[in-house]
Amino acid sequence: MRDATAHTATDDRGYLTEKGFWSWAATLDHKRIGVMYFYTTFLFFLVGGLLALVVRLELMTPGPSLISDHAYDVLFTMHGNMMIFLFIIPAIPSALGNFFIPMMVGARDVAFPRLNLAGYWIFVAGVIVVMASLVQPMDTGWTFYTPYSAKTGAAVTTISFGIFLVGMSSIVTGLNFIVTIHRLRAPGLTWFRLPLFIWAMYATSIIQVLATPVVGVTFLLLAAERLLGVGFFDPAKGGDPLLFQHFFWFYSHPVVYVMILPAMGIITEIIPVFSRKPIFGYKAIAFSSLAIAFIGFLVWGHHMFVSGMSNTASVIFSFLTFFVAVPTGIKVFNWIATLYKGAIFLASPMIYALTFIFLFIIGGLTGPFLGALATNVPLHDTYFLVAHFHYTIMGGTVMGYFAGLYYWFPKMTGRMVNEKVAKIAWAFIFVGFNITFFTMFILGLMGMPRRYAEYLPQQQGLNILATVGSWILAVGVLIMVVNFIRDLFHGVQAPSNPWYSQTLEWQTTSPPATENFEEIPVVTKWPYSYGKREKDER
Amino acid sequence: MEFFRTPGEAYSHIAGEIDSVFIFITLVGLFFFVITQGCLIYFAIKYRRDKLDPNAETPYITDNKLLETIWIVIPSILILAIFTYGFLVFRDFRNSPAGAEEINVTASQWLYKFKYPDGRTQVNEVHVPVNKPVKFIMTATDVIHGFYLPDFRVKQDILPGAYTTLWVQPKLTGSFIILCTQYCGVGHSTMRAQMIVMKQEEYDAWARHEGAEAAGAVSHADKGHEIMEQSGCLSCHTVDGTPKIGPTFKGLYNRKTSLSDGSMVVADEDYIKESIFDPGARIVKGFQPIMPTYKGTLKDEDITAIIAYIKMLK
Amino acid sequence: MDEVTVQEISETKNHSPNQAVETAKLGIWCFLATEVLLFGALFTAYTIFRVSDPRMFLTEHLKLNRIFGAVNTIVLICSSLSVALGIAAIRQGKQRMLRICLILTLVLAATFLGVKYAEYSEHIARGELPGTNNFFSLYYMMTGLHAIHVCGGMAALGTMLVMAYRGKFSAEYNTPVEITGLYWHFVDLVWIYLFPLLYLIG
Repeated sequence: MRDATAHTATDDRGYLTEKGFWSWAATLDHKRIGVMYFYTTFLFFLVGGLLALVVRLELMTPGPSLISDHAYDVLFTMHGNMMIFLFIIPAIPSALGNFFIPMMVGARDVAFPRLNLAGYWIFVAGVIVVMASLVQPMDTGWTFYTPYSAKTGAAVTTISFGIFLVGMSSIVTGLNFIVTIHRLRAPGLTWFRLPLFIWAMYATSIIQVLATPVVGVTFLLLAAERLLGVGFFDPAKGGDPLLFQHFFWFYSHPVVYVMILPAMGIITEIIPVFSRKPIFGYKAIAFSSLAIAFIGFLVWGHHMFVSGMSNTASVIFSFLTFFVAVPTGIKVFNWIATLYKGAIFLASPMIYALTFIFLFIIGGLTGPFLGALATNVPLHDTYFLVAHFHYTIMGGTVMGYFAGLYYWFPKMTGRMVNEKVAKIAWAFIFVGFNITFFTMFILGLMGMPRRYAEYLPQQQGLNILATVGSWILAVGVLIMVVNFIRDLFHGVQAPSNPWYSQTLEWQTTSPPATENFEEIPVVTKWPYSYGKREKDER
Repeated sequence: MEFFRTPGEAYSHIAGEIDSVFIFITLVGLFFFVITQGCLIYFAIKYRRDKLDPNAETPYITDNKLLETIWIVIPSILILAIFTYGFLVFRDFRNSPAGAEEINVTASQWLYKFKYPDGRTQVNEVHVPVNKPVKFIMTATDVIHGFYLPDFRVKQDILPGAYTTLWVQPKLTGSFIILCTQYCGVGHSTMRAQMIVMKQEEYDAWARHEGAEAAGAVSHADKGHEIMEQSGCLSCHTVDGTPKIGPTFKGLYNRKTSLSDGSMVVADEDYIKESIFDPGARIVKGFQPIMPTYKGTLKDEDITAIIAYIKMLK
Repeated sequence: MDEVTVQEISETKNHSPNQAVETAKLGIWCFLATEVLLFGALFTAYTIFRVSDPRMFLTEHLKLNRIFGAVNTIVLICSSLSVALGIAAIRQGKQRMLRICLILTLVLAATFLGVKYAEYSEHIARGELPGTNNFFSLYYMMTGLHAIHVCGGMAALGTMLVMAYRGKFSAEYNTPVEITGLYWHFVDLVWIYLFPLLYLIG
């Protein structure tokens, strides 16, 4: 493998050169498709975030103040739907995955470029249908439990079809990545020379392909109940509302690993580069990704301990749930071990990577409270749960996503990010995030249930504190976004490999040419040969 | 609801046990937190450089078998301990003790209706005596609701078309809030009830007083007997133990019953309800599938009364 | 050790002549895996309701038209045969045979849909609708989803026919026909499970 040489910045805009609407809308270039996914999903991150800010504003008072209770119910439902289906599930895979998987395996594109383009437009169609449901806005919570979701006047049928389409896009993306990773690797790029981001995306893609169809059928059945009177979930027709929950969570638990595995993959790329040390425990991390994907399919019932599900089933699900802690712990320990005696440089990608580890540890350590049967009972469906999943999804995945954006910004845009402003934004985000969400652990322990437009007066103080935290967090995100926009147009020109990284995407220009590489590289060793002694690693 | 000021043990024995599991998990969590975050922050500071140096000479460490074994084995042991402790306490409180006073709860958008054994009902308020176990037998009329007693650390979803149960044995008197925890529409966050725990003498006085006021109220079980007589059940079933055209109701509740297809079923609330609305579904061994259905003739609350009466036939 | 070995190159299989074919095949198998999960969810619902209410299945399944069901089973099996013959033909470069087989497959697929239309009409006329009871819900959902897949398959087969008329396929290049055939066999296989489970067993 060539050493990182081409270090000079150029004026060449590479894949960004060609202009015009159709050069984007009809592109077969995985990089452009990735960029389009990025903007679409980031839009919903911002809109979903705005909804959250209004939710938190309302929660400054125990009773209704700014908006009605019904409007509140719509806001938290759409916050959840947008953030989960339109942002966090597609974001890393479809934006960063699309851009970088072909490059990291030394290919010119994904296995099925036209399918990739179709996937993007199916996603857009899904977005439009989901937005169309706003004519009768959703008030079911993002979990759509029956019978309420079958009976409510909201446009549940419409949003069901929208989510179905968005799910199809997810399947298409996952399928493309699996085939790309299997079949398009550059000569010499054996499985154990792959970057660990690829292993993480491989595991993620398997989950996407196997789990998403089940939620597709679930929403189809919900629509069928509303449209055709199908009664699988209706006790009056011999159906069972718990069947909906089983179907729903059979997908929705594995999907949290679709959310977290790619972020973990990004962290695993950043830590060695910014510690100038090889990753500790390569094979353990690679296999732990597969283990997490596998175990993730077995534990969905831990969302249902108090649902009326049998005690036996609850015990089995609780037992299996704890197993996922082992491969997760392996990753955390391995990242920290990589830092040991490294030469650590705290640029923004690294700061966010360390932030990911810090916040994800907190989110992860609050998992056992919910996985253990006795403590799940008082804590389920309270703000403790809300805090747990925001720490893992936002403190985890979103921070990992930001880390990836900072890390790969030079490669994607050909420009560097202003580090000083980035760090100011980070400070606001870190402080704001913790104030907002740590407070929620305490509110949960005080017994405040989730999805509550009105709450008991003695909980007001902490609610106000969480709201103030949300403002600080919002300021941080705003600064970060403005900084990115400014650097997009006026940032210092980036060399091809500003971070001296050894993975293949950095061995070509920033931004890359449309065909990625002049010549397909030949790979002779793994991409983590940092530090004094470089050995061939097979 | 003052989690930090009053420990669970003050409210009930089970709440105390649940709090203990919580504390155990907190201690294990703190142990890992200190080690991991400590190393994370310490290494990030100690090994920090002021520029990104491609020629930095760091040691080439890619594995350490001993460390890796330790950090697989020890966490595995600790999380198994957490699971086990959580499971054992769960087992303690999932099944109600014998002799618990049974109160029926019907949840609907957006209130709780409590029905006492003697037939009285109250909305959004239930009175129970202190230091005695009370079991709530719950169903919903429309959508899924929740029943959460935060002070007592217990919670259970309430389902339409089925029964779920929750029990408590309060150790202290007072008024304790009941909250809905399963989103059920616009009234979800204002759907609340109070459980009022009284000293035995006060409770008895209250029951007598309430009973006197509700003089016309028939006890739940008496109502069930009345419905049975009017609906013709006693033409085929006895209450004294002799089998007739159908099985006897004496001792039926929670009896392990052999079915015609060879399987066994425990005759609980759900089975009794099914036998009334869908009598051909699970036939008791040795009897013919000729019972007519009462779907449409009897209502859910009639069934609840019948069940209460059957429970008395021991 | 900066040279890559022959073994490593062969393992990564890049730029081999077979690469495009193998890639397409892996793609269709992954897609079929998603379809297994899709129908699997409905088969799971079927199992759950069959176990909880066997009498409903016993009485209701007799209301299905077994003749129509059996005819459709034969029709689909024949259509799998015809598409397989078409693929065998084009592997030997026989263009006309391929076109005939594709047309035959399309005709059989259309027959299948025609029979299903007749069946559904019969049921609807008798008031047996998707909301009537859980058996009919399962019947309509499962056969309905299957019929949608038949339509999708017809679209793919139709595309293959058009491409065949334009002379795109040969003994050297026929991958799209092959993967369409694989998909079509899967659609047939789903029906082979559906037929006995819904129509035959009591």
